[in-house]
Amino acid sequence: MTNTAQTDTIQPVVGLEIHVELATETKMFCRCRNHFGDPPNTNVCPVCLGMPGVLPVMNGRAVEFAMKVGLALNCTVPGYTKWDRKNYYYPDLPKNYQISQYDLPLAQNGFLEIPLSSGETKQIRVLRAHLEEDAGKNTHDIPGCTGVDLNRAGVPLLEIVSEPDMNSVEEVMGYAKSMHRLVRWLGVSEANMQMGHMRFEPNINLHITRGGVTYKTPIVEVKNLNSFRALENAVAFEIQRQYDEWQGNPEGFVLAKLGKQNRGYDDGTCKTVFQREKEEAHDYRYLPDPDLVPVTVSDEWRQRVAGEIGELPLARRARFMADYGLNFKDADALTQDAPTGDLLDQSVAAGAEAKRCVNLLLGRGAAVANERGCAIADIGVTVEQLAELAKMMSAGDVNATAADKIFEKLLAEGGQPRAIAEKQGLLTVKDLGQVEQWVDAAIAANPQAVEEIQSGGKKQKKAFGFLTGQVMQASKGAAPPAEVQKLLQQKLG
Amino acid sequence: MSEILDLTAAELAAAVAAGEIAAVDATRAYLDAISARDRDIRAYNETYPDEALARAKRIDADRVAGKNIGPLGGVPVALKDNLCTTHGRTTCASKYLADFRAPYTATAVAKLEAAGAVVLGKTNMDEFAMGSSTENSGLHATKNPWDVGRVPGGSSGGSAAAVAGRLCAAALGSDTGGSIRQPAAFCGVVGCKPTYGRVSRYGLVAFGSSLDQIGPLTRDVKDAALLTQIIAGGDPADSTCLGDSVPDYLASLDQPIPNLRIGLPREFFPNNNEALRPDVRAAIEKAIEAYKAMGAEIVEVSLPHSRIDVGDDGAISSFAVSAYYIVCTAECSSNLARFDSVHYGHRTKQPVEDIVTLYSRSRAESLGQEVKRRIMLGTYALSSGYYDAYYNKALKVRRLIANDFKAAFGKCDVILCPTTPTPAFRLGEKTANPIEMYMADIYTISLNLAGLPGLSLPVGLSDENLPIGMQLIGPVLCEENLFRAAAMYERARPAQWLPPCAN
Repeated sequence: MTNTAQTDTIQPVVGLEIHVELATETKMFCRCRNHFGDPPNTNVCPVCLGMPGVLPVMNGRAVEFAMKVGLALNCTVPGYTKWDRKNYYYPDLPKNYQISQYDLPLAQNGFLEIPLSSGETKQIRVLRAHLEEDAGKNTHDIPGCTGVDLNRAGVPLLEIVSEPDMNSVEEVMGYAKSMHRLVRWLGVSEANMQMGHMRFEPNINLHITRGGVTYKTPIVEVKNLNSFRALENAVAFEIQRQYDEWQGNPEGFVLAKLGKQNRGYDDGTCKTVFQREKEEAHDYRYLPDPDLVPVTVSDEWRQRVAGEIGELPLARRARFMADYGLNFKDADALTQDAPTGDLLDQSVAAGAEAKRCVNLLLGRGAAVANERGCAIADIGVTVEQLAELAKMMSAGDVNATAADKIFEKLLAEGGQPRAIAEKQGLLTVKDLGQVEQWVDAAIAANPQAVEEIQSGGKKQKKAFGFLTGQVMQASKGAAPPAEVQKLLQQKLG
Repeated sequence: MSEILDLTAAELAAAVAAGEIAAVDATRAYLDAISARDRDIRAYNETYPDEALARAKRIDADRVAGKNIGPLGGVPVALKDNLCTTHGRTTCASKYLADFRAPYTATAVAKLEAAGAVVLGKTNMDEFAMGSSTENSGLHATKNPWDVGRVPGGSSGGSAAAVAGRLCAAALGSDTGGSIRQPAAFCGVVGCKPTYGRVSRYGLVAFGSSLDQIGPLTRDVKDAALLTQIIAGGDPADSTCLGDSVPDYLASLDQPIPNLRIGLPREFFPNNNEALRPDVRAAIEKAIEAYKAMGAEIVEVSLPHSRIDVGDDGAISSFAVSAYYIVCTAECSSNLARFDSVHYGHRTKQPVEDIVTLYSRSRAESLGQEVKRRIMLGTYALSSGYYDAYYNKALKVRRLIANDFKAAFGKCDVILCPTTPTPAFRLGEKTANPIEMYMADIYTISLNLAGLPGLSLPVGLSDENLPIGMQLIGPVLCEENLFRAAAMYERARPAQWLPPCAN
């Protein structure tokens, strides 16, 4: 980013903390259900209510989920980690401390490769990922009161902290979306933004170079962003705001003098807003949690979890482009989640042609998924159905239009593609005599179109298409389009 | 009825099982004793006469029906008031929890009840187990049955006084720095703190979580072994609880340990009358002679990091006590943060303008001086900039103390020392000086830091006719040897003195 008037070079420097709620059956330290949307304080027990004398018991599944993310982020997962208490008072935190990990996180020093619009990728370093328990929620829907809902208290939360390696809004969004895709891919989180499964806290400042001197603006942490849109707006707004403020006071509005600041985000105005300076920095008085034993991660455990990770999105996208000859856009669309690509891979393994499957999945499949707001893999087509339909297309048994109709029928009612095609009369007519009859009939019925074709004018192409359409209509879509066109050309050419 | 009160828990259980004494009669005998005498001792915070009698009745019926009534079938017991029970209140002797009713029962209590024990009530303690005299109770003070002008010790003072005063057959207490052993010594009963993790802490209201351990206070060693046997063992609800199988302590109890090697830590016999009163020293030395007469080998061992220092001004200090008061206060500052009046417990009636005022006013009104002092000390010790100087250093001292014990146990089977430097002190004698009060635990505290089992048993009377306790210490999970070594002494020199108050 360059300001031409003053020839300032502006480099945004952004780091991102992402909180991901893990999709375990039960909470992090008790057996309460981990489920969004239930009536307030129904998924609670003495442990997550912080009653006296009760003790936390670690959910091993949550640890595995966190390990999986750490390993997929190329992190080191050390053999020894422990639990610490982060002490602070808040009504939604019943114990007034949060069980978290302080100096020995479950995963550290990794990176996430993100796609750039240039087609290249960039590595964003991940400093650490640690597991903790979520707090409850304060609600304000009762006038004059603050309500406390502790259903969320104790839900496993993975905090992933990046290095400040992002230098543009695009990179921030690339990182956030890649992380979103990754945790869903690994099956460790639904990552549903509306349910607060994923929250962002970007740290933003600018390195501005003017006249050979580099100025660093104060680092701003924007708290609790709950959507991609909010993240995008907040980062873009901060970059502009910090540059504007710095221009007004180039020697004063700098990190060395103002340090770090917290700002909130206003969804209505899409702006970040100043938060009252805290009287003093929070002192969380961390201490090792004496109620929990340290976690020892054996090589066997680490290897087993690593073995469950499988192919990651970027690797699969590259493979789809190389092996199936897909373009970037299609390959990317098919690697938004793991099951959609699995469907493609398994159909190909069953003998189907990749391109046919891709056309079905990204054509009617994507449209239906979009209508239903689900992943393509969740529209309800099986490997057997997809493979059979693709094979029928390759064999010329059905044309693309018929295939779409069959596909839709499959999704609505289930069944076998061939049976549907037969029942609906959608199989391509392979009897060339019959096709010729339809062609001859169309020529006879449309002398004007015939003339336009034969005269070779600029309407020729359109007229040819019209005649083809007439034949297809007469055959109720069952004529093979290639044959129709060949015959028309022979007879009129 | 009075003969019921004279029986140990094991004897009473046997009599009930044999049909010689009805559980209802045993329970009534104790309830009557409480009615008659607890107004002087005030061991109990609350009793459950109706529930206890109903339960005793069921046990009698079960016995008649031929069912197994358990190894403690029909034995009336008392529980320290920091053990959660679904019946009655669990107050921790704090005004904050004065009306708290737990929706769950502590694992140790559930095991005791499953073994047939009849819970008579909850006993007084120093508030949240912070203290050595039970004078820090937010409810009332408890008196020593030997001399009602003196403290019963603490923090499990109510349980110790109830056992000594014949107001229950046995009791449970908790021990964070000596809170079972010290009151046991002051009241002339047996008290056992098992290895850290031997007994589940689930349902024990936490004070210093890495130090707290539940254990029995009993008339004799056999009862201590019996109750420990019952409450020990793994618990899925407590990750710090050890799953190791529990040996049959009673099976070997009567077998003397051949070639028993007893270690005497030279640091625990200081030449200072404040740190070890001469009559206490004499009683301990007599006990050592008794062991020698039984063929035990006495070896000198060293626990340098548990040593007791006497300054030029006569003030007593100890690394162990210093490290302990960093660790336990740090943990307590965090453990007690939950008592914020938002979800349960005392809430101020004063109008409050914001949540912070609600917190601070409710806590200021309901927590006692010592509790506040420890919360402040712990908060300070954990504050950024001080963590390494205090908490981290205390953890290092803790490790050194544990290493000392490990080295010492290379030379001996058990370590023997006084339980306390003096017999029970007078009510109010040490309340003005908390440091002096903390020194009442100089011989007990290092075991908690090292996680070791320890047992206090009565070995004699002081010049003013107060009980003197001897402490036996064992390596981790070696309770069996402790019970056997203690039983050897008990058989050789049976303690038959009753406190004046119990008659």
